[in-house]
Amino acid sequence: MNSRALTYVLAAGALLGLTALAFAVGRYPVSLGEIFSLLIAKVTGSSHSLPANVETVVMQVRGPRVLAALVVGAALAAAGTAYQGMFRNPLVSPDILGVSTGAALGAVLGIFFSQGIIFIQLFAFAGGLAAVGLVYWIGSRLRGHDPLLALVLTGVVIGTLLGSAIALLKYLADPYNQLPAITYWLLGSLASISPRDLGLAAPLALLGLAPMLLLRWRMNLLALPDDEARALGVDTRKLRTVVVTAATLMTAAAVAVSGIIGWVGLLIPHAARLLVGPDIGRLLPLAMLLGAAFLLAVDTLCRTIATIEVPPGVLTALIGTPFFLWLFALARRSW
Amino acid sequence: MLKVESLAFGFPGRTIGRDVSFALGAGEVMCVLGPNGGGKTTLFRTILGLLAAHDGKLLLDEKPLASLSRQEIARSIGYVPQGHTGYFAYTVRDFGLRGRTAHMGIFSTPSKKDFEVAERVLASLGMAHLAGRPITEVSGGERQLALVARALAQEPRLLVLDEPTASLDFGNQVRVLERIAGLARTGISILFSSHAPDHAFLCAQRALLLAEGRTLEIGTPREVIRADTLQRLYGVSVQVLPLAGGGHTCLPAIGK
Repeated sequence: MNSRALTYVLAAGALLGLTALAFAVGRYPVSLGEIFSLLIAKVTGSSHSLPANVETVVMQVRGPRVLAALVVGAALAAAGTAYQGMFRNPLVSPDILGVSTGAALGAVLGIFFSQGIIFIQLFAFAGGLAAVGLVYWIGSRLRGHDPLLALVLTGVVIGTLLGSAIALLKYLADPYNQLPAITYWLLGSLASISPRDLGLAAPLALLGLAPMLLLRWRMNLLALPDDEARALGVDTRKLRTVVVTAATLMTAAAVAVSGIIGWVGLLIPHAARLLVGPDIGRLLPLAMLLGAAFLLAVDTLCRTIATIEVPPGVLTALIGTPFFLWLFALARRSW
Repeated sequence: MLKVESLAFGFPGRTIGRDVSFALGAGEVMCVLGPNGGGKTTLFRTILGLLAAHDGKLLLDEKPLASLSRQEIARSIGYVPQGHTGYFAYTVRDFGLRGRTAHMGIFSTPSKKDFEVAERVLASLGMAHLAGRPITEVSGGERQLALVARALAQEPRLLVLDEPTASLDFGNQVRVLERIAGLARTGISILFSSHAPDHAFLCAQRALLLAEGRTLEIGTPREVIRADTLQRLYGVSVQVLPLAGGGHTCLPAIGK
């Protein structure tokens, strides 16, 4: 086995081990043997002799949350991979075009107008798509500039504008009910994920993933200067629109159910690139494996290290910042 | 194969050159000479369809260039830009494979044949041993050759090279010019720009002198590269000297 294949196998193995561990640990510990018997029983459809508590904890409590961590982590990492390649910049995160800020504004609006959770999620999802749509629409109308630079700058400006709208809503929100809910959402959390949330987010994330997988070779050409890619026969405007749409769909679906979880989409593609190089076809699967494993590890820590839940956004930053600086110092000119 | 008739070119809303006409047949080499900012790169980008022509006609095999898709153009015209900044550490082989894009389906990955073509062009440029190296870690000259390899992997019939020798040492300059002459012998038409009039003498059948976006003169290098045209083009005095074994060279006169 060559070293690249070994990297995938190790990453997949680590993910599998972490998943088993995540099901086992918590307020109500479940042994690996019990998890295994339950899995066998579920797959074969036979009955089992485990306590009902075990089944509830594994299937109802931890199941959705573990799966959500996997889906959200993989989706954020995939979107980050696409964006970093496209913007020819290894320091870009999936929020560069304002998807997270737009989603946050949508969710905050939902909370502000006292909507139910389903509407808050829908607003968040729609807000993310709308923000990127707006940035893309304005950015592609600024002629006479490098198209990517125009997009990034528009993203920054619109992001700031949406940020101040969020700040205004926080200022106006009821400080006893709404403000804590807003703060909680903005910090991100997987604690209250329901199977229904998962049923909404996972298909949308897959829908975004499909074009990325299909275009995995061609996406590499977006890392070239625009003129070069076009001279090689690529309609860069079309390809870029497809990739932005797919990455935005994935990010918005993830953020709508988890709230803002930073760092995954920035760090993970970067780390994966150091392991297997920049080719999207090789990078995308590894980044998704690592993203899923990273967020699952973080979320498992969040619910086990203290008697209260630690927001994952706090922990990803706590782990992410030193890791990122270390990577940055380590990497030379080439990524 | 390429026909340019009274072409006006430039950026959207700003015409920087006009009245450029020439035709380039199979296996012909034309060198475009002119000062910095004279419109060479903009002319090339227009011929590649990267900028829209402002006026005049641009025909590729008798078909208007504007009617062709990016993919169709890329199957006929290979482009070697002035220089390439590598952003990511793709290997030289991956870089060469990019040239196969126009021959592949939208969702395809490179086939065995694509790999063979990439390996073949890398080998033909003496770069086979660099195939596994990251493009960001090879020398400037090697990167320039990798750009040529990528364009050749397109299997084009016309190769457009924008100052292919600009960042190269003397030896690599000569090697690139030799390569240009060699490619032309295989029937590929070549359009290249240079800052050295000698390069036109060395490997071009025709030279186009471009000043402020207009044709100063066009013809064989022997006809158009003269002391007076070079004076008008670059504003310096140059002697054009015949060489003992045939051919000519340009020698600037300094301090006279």
